[in-house]
Amino acid sequence: MAAYGDVDLGILGDPTRRAIFELLARRPCSVGELAEHLPITRQAVSQHLRVLKDGGLVVATPEGTRRIYRLKPDGVAAFQAYFQRIWDDALTAFQKAADAATEPEQEQQS
Amino acid sequence: MSTAPAIPTLHGSATVAMPVEKAFAFFTGSFGSWWPADYHIGQTDMADALLEPREGGRWYERGTDGSECEWGRVLVWEPPHRLVVTWQINGQWQYDDDPEHASEIEVRFTPDGPEQTIVELEHRYLDRLVAGQAIHDTIGEGGGWTAILETFAKSAEADK
Repeated sequence: MAAYGDVDLGILGDPTRRAIFELLARRPCSVGELAEHLPITRQAVSQHLRVLKDGGLVVATPEGTRRIYRLKPDGVAAFQAYFQRIWDDALTAFQKAADAATEPEQEQQS
Repeated sequence: MSTAPAIPTLHGSATVAMPVEKAFAFFTGSFGSWWPADYHIGQTDMADALLEPREGGRWYERGTDGSECEWGRVLVWEPPHRLVVTWQINGQWQYDDDPEHASEIEVRFTPDGPEQTIVELEHRYLDRLVAGQAIHDTIGEGGGWTAILETFAKSAEADK
C-alpha cells in the first residue's frame, strides 16, 4: 500500500520518541500524561508526537479539552517501524558480539 | 477494504570481521549470546535463545525459569550462506503454529574477502501476521503489545 511506503523507519531511532511510542503502546495518553513519565517538557512531548503523527504511527482524538494520543489502530506503520527497530538493534548487537569474539586474534580499527 | 494492507519487507545488514563459515556458525550457534535479551516473548526473563541447526529445527527462547517459548521454525538451512526461519507470533505475542500466519526471515552470508562477511537480513510476509488479525486488532489499544513492550520500555528506561 503506497500510503505506507514513505514511513520513516528512523522515527523510532530517537530514544525519547521510542519512549513515547512505548508508553502509547501500553495505553492511550494525553500530552500531559506523557510529560509526567518523561524528563522533558510538554512542549518537547508535543514536538515528538507531531513527528510520530506525521510518520503515521500515532493518531490523536479530541476528548473534552484534551487530545488523546494512541498508536494508529491499523497498526501497520507502527508495526513496521517497531520491527525495523528490532532488526537494527539485533544486527548491531550481532556485529558487536562478533567483533568481541574475534578481538583477541586481531586488533585493529577503532 | 477486505484484506490487510501489505507491509513492506524489512531489511537490515551488518558486516563482521569473520570468514563466512565462522560468521554463519556464530550467528546460528551462539544465537542467545548476541540476541538482545530485551526482545523476547516469554513471561519470564530470557536466559537463552536457540536455533536448532537443521531444516525443521525449532527457534525458541528459554526463560530463566526453564520454560520454553517458540518463535518459529527453520525453513532453509544452507550453511554457510543462507538461513530462512519463520517468525510466527500472534498479537498476544504467542506462537501461532498456522503456517499461513508465518512471516519469514531470510539471512544471507556473503564473503567480503577471506576475513570479512556481509550479513543481510530480510523480514518478509509481515502482512501474514497482521492477516492473522490479532495484532491488527490489539495494537490500537496496546493490548497485545503490552508484554514485550513493557519489558522493552523498562530496559530502555534503565539505559538512560
